[in-house]
Amino acid sequence: MKPTYEPVIGLEIHAELITNSKMFCGCSADYASAPEPNTNICPVCTGLPGAMPVANKKAIELAALVGLALNCSVNKHNTFARKNYYYPDLPKGYQISQYELPICEKGWLDIDSGSSSGAASATYRDPSRVRIRRVHIEEDTAKLFHEKNYALVDFNRAGVPLLEIVSEPDMRSVEAALDYATKVRAILRYLGVNSGNMEKGVLRFEANISVRPFGSDEFRTRTEIKNLNSFRALTRASAYEIERQIKIYESGGTVVQETLGWDDVRGVTTSQRSKEEAHDYRYFPEPDLPPLQLSDSWIAEIKSRLPELPEAKTKRFVEQYELKPQDARLLTSEKALADYFESVVSKSKSSPKTVHSWIAGEFMRYLNDSGKDVDDVTLSPESFAKLIDMVTDKTVSGNNAKVVLAELIESGGDPQEIVKEKGLAQVSDESFIQEVVTKILNDNPAEVEKYLAGKETLLQWFVGQVARATKGKADPNVTKELALKALAERKK
Amino acid sequence: MQLTTLTIREAHELLTTKKISSVELTQAMLQRIREIDPKIKSYVTVSEELALEQARKADERIAKGENVTPLTGIPFSMKDCISTRGVRTTCSSKILENYVPQYNATVTNKLAEAGAVLLGKTNMDEFGMGSSCENSAFFNTHNPWDLDRVPGGSSGGSAAAMSAGLATFTIGEDTGGSVRMPAGFCNVTGIKPTYGRVSRYGLIALVSSFDSIGPMSRDAYDCATVLEHIAGHDPHDSTTYNSPVPNYTKHINKPVQGMKLGIPKEYFVAGMEAGVESALQEAIRQFEKLGMEIHEVSLPHTKYGLPVYYLLLFAEASANLARMDGTRFGLSVSENAKDVIDIYLKTRHEGFGDEVKRRIMLGAYALSAGYYDAYYLKAQKVRTLLRRDFESAFSKVDLLLAPTCPTTAFKLGEKTSDPLEMYLSDIYVVATNPAGVPALALPAGFSNNMPVGMQLIGKHLDEQTLFQVAHAYQQVTDWHKQFPNI
Ligand SMILES: [Zn+2]
Repeated sequence: MKPTYEPVIGLEIHAELITNSKMFCGCSADYASAPEPNTNICPVCTGLPGAMPVANKKAIELAALVGLALNCSVNKHNTFARKNYYYPDLPKGYQISQYELPICEKGWLDIDSGSSSGAASATYRDPSRVRIRRVHIEEDTAKLFHEKNYALVDFNRAGVPLLEIVSEPDMRSVEAALDYATKVRAILRYLGVNSGNMEKGVLRFEANISVRPFGSDEFRTRTEIKNLNSFRALTRASAYEIERQIKIYESGGTVVQETLGWDDVRGVTTSQRSKEEAHDYRYFPEPDLPPLQLSDSWIAEIKSRLPELPEAKTKRFVEQYELKPQDARLLTSEKALADYFESVVSKSKSSPKTVHSWIAGEFMRYLNDSGKDVDDVTLSPESFAKLIDMVTDKTVSGNNAKVVLAELIESGGDPQEIVKEKGLAQVSDESFIQEVVTKILNDNPAEVEKYLAGKETLLQWFVGQVARATKGKADPNVTKELALKALAERKK
Repeated sequence: MQLTTLTIREAHELLTTKKISSVELTQAMLQRIREIDPKIKSYVTVSEELALEQARKADERIAKGENVTPLTGIPFSMKDCISTRGVRTTCSSKILENYVPQYNATVTNKLAEAGAVLLGKTNMDEFGMGSSCENSAFFNTHNPWDLDRVPGGSSGGSAAAMSAGLATFTIGEDTGGSVRMPAGFCNVTGIKPTYGRVSRYGLIALVSSFDSIGPMSRDAYDCATVLEHIAGHDPHDSTTYNSPVPNYTKHINKPVQGMKLGIPKEYFVAGMEAGVESALQEAIRQFEKLGMEIHEVSLPHTKYGLPVYYLLLFAEASANLARMDGTRFGLSVSENAKDVIDIYLKTRHEGFGDEVKRRIMLGAYALSAGYYDAYYLKAQKVRTLLRRDFESAFSKVDLLLAPTCPTTAFKLGEKTSDPLEMYLSDIYVVATNPAGVPALALPAGFSNNMPVGMQLIGKHLDEQTLFQVAHAYQQVTDWHKQFPNI
């Protein structure tokens, strides 16, 4: 049965850009490392009278780079604008942003979990494509610290370059929104323009949400949820808001256009401003900054800096390494991980599939358990490749290789040395294994009895016992063969 | 020897030949300020200690003969909207009454580097909003030629100080005639340079796209000297020109013969005071005598100059003044405030004068959703027409001549009850700012014993021609050498 309602979701993504200095002054943009509040400040970013902004060239380059990565066109003539509103975190009483002519417009990003209102719709579009309306540059605000009867302002973050990436309302499920947000984050990380560290607030989401009867192509009244600071918040808030709106329609009510906040503790959206109370930002062109004039050659130069992006890399991994698409996608979700994979593959004699299973398995498990990034891992791709090859060569068993891997990651060293030191080399010598098999069978007459009575699943148990007795050194395949033979003989 | 009425180059000559010291000159100025300024009230702040310290340093420079510029040791005053580190900068507003900047404007730095001596900061209409200095939150400034009359505005304090011999030169700021109109009222020479010729960094903005800092002085030569020192590209102001600053004084004596002077017919219409008109006609004859060709030209959109100017002013000013919110600097009224918005409201209510509030409200209105296209955008379009008027005129002539005001200085209180009447006194000076072109005001004679001003308007970045023509005129006239009797 088809669902009755379909959500319509658009996302605004605010991403701080990694630059040395702030957007409009020479202060350090690295507010996270500032020793104290209000140390990375000057007349410009604290809005002192007479101070004037000067646009950060690097930030403009990075903004164009992001736009190009998101398949946008770069506006050769684009302008800054003042967005006027009063708040203590906004020292000038206006934010310098871009309005009529943003730096980038009209892009798109393909997602994997799109769903559509269907081909019958007049506004049919590729279900997996999210159109990007615009990418524009603005400045971040100061940070407020609320105390009981007052608030303190730290201007270290004020004026840090911020990118706003605005999608069209093209997502039709929470999953699609999550997928889109994840992909944008991955691209930003690929480009090295944003760490993607949501806990540090360098990436924030706002979701525009409406719901409509499934199959309809109307756009109904939407609400806007502000300040979603994690994927979890994005998912929960969107799901909650969709349900809330459906309930309103089902009870015959109407959705009110408003700005909402997300209460993460209670798990509900709360009204912040109604349409009537909505800010009139009184945008007008920023007279202190001349329009940005970008040449074709400049744009071409920026374009040439684009690295291979996740989508293209995934395709290549599937073709070049014969990986399954979902396996390739996992590896390309992070550029560092993809690079690491390729590096190990290039140094290993084993198949890329084997390397993938090691990286997707043990290696990722280690990263997840330790909370580390690929970049934090000191294990060289050479060592990792050597270890994988030792498994392929049957020099060490898979299980023992896991032990070696843990050792390598923790303390480094050479895999061969560790195997030797710990006596973990795999033994395929039949006479040695035969001896152990015989001993295990002799020591466990009850199990042998059961096996012979028909409980053949016990074979694996015998193999396990041999592995334990040999500290994993016995080649499991040889063990299995010899155990089968020995048990068959006892049957006679 | 009367030290307080010297030109810059006369003072420079005396300083470098060691006939006087900068400390002596500065003390003479400070002494005259103490004696005369209680009547004129041109200074908001006199920075005596700083002035004497700078004067001593200038004397050392001169003694060593190191790095001596034409401005070294020369005492000057500055309009109180230009930031001076350690010297309060008020914009003649209550909201900034005790605001002491932590940094210098680029112009302040340049003058300090040249060795000039800052005497203090001069009165103005609050945030530059006004044409008579009567919108100062502190006090009225009086015209040295008639203490019952206004000095003009908004750089009225600067013009009055100049005229009364309370500075050897002064730095004004012209958003829509604020240098030229008071220069005319007070018999002073002053220039509004091309927009972007002088850095605005540290200038407390009124209209960011019009504001132009410019010197006021005894004559065109001095104006050229000062502009040479303060003009130029500034990495802190993205709207400044990159082109090098010409050596204006070097070429100031070049002949003006054969130059084409345009007379915009729209500027010579009914409503002009008879004495102003006859002074202008006499000036035109003088330029003719200097060998210039006189041509009538048309600036057809002149009548839109005033509405375009004021509309854009309201809009930009409403945003520029938003930072005066009582949370970081200046006045803060937080008593019984419910929340931070309440602090904003209380502070701005008490801190801003009526004219400022009127303009902020009009500006916020003109920019608001639904009105933007009809007001702000329309004004920007007409602004383009104004600019084209000048371009088309300059395809026929080298420069233009116009009055600075339809009348001479009016009486204190005469126009304060009617803001519109006050706005009209700017009718001849406002159009140049939306067009961005330079204009130099200079004395053109007297009408009923009050000074008459005129302005020469030039092509973009062609201050040179203005200085040349004004200098040639001042070689054959002595209006600019007349001083009021105080
Ligand atoms: Zn700064």
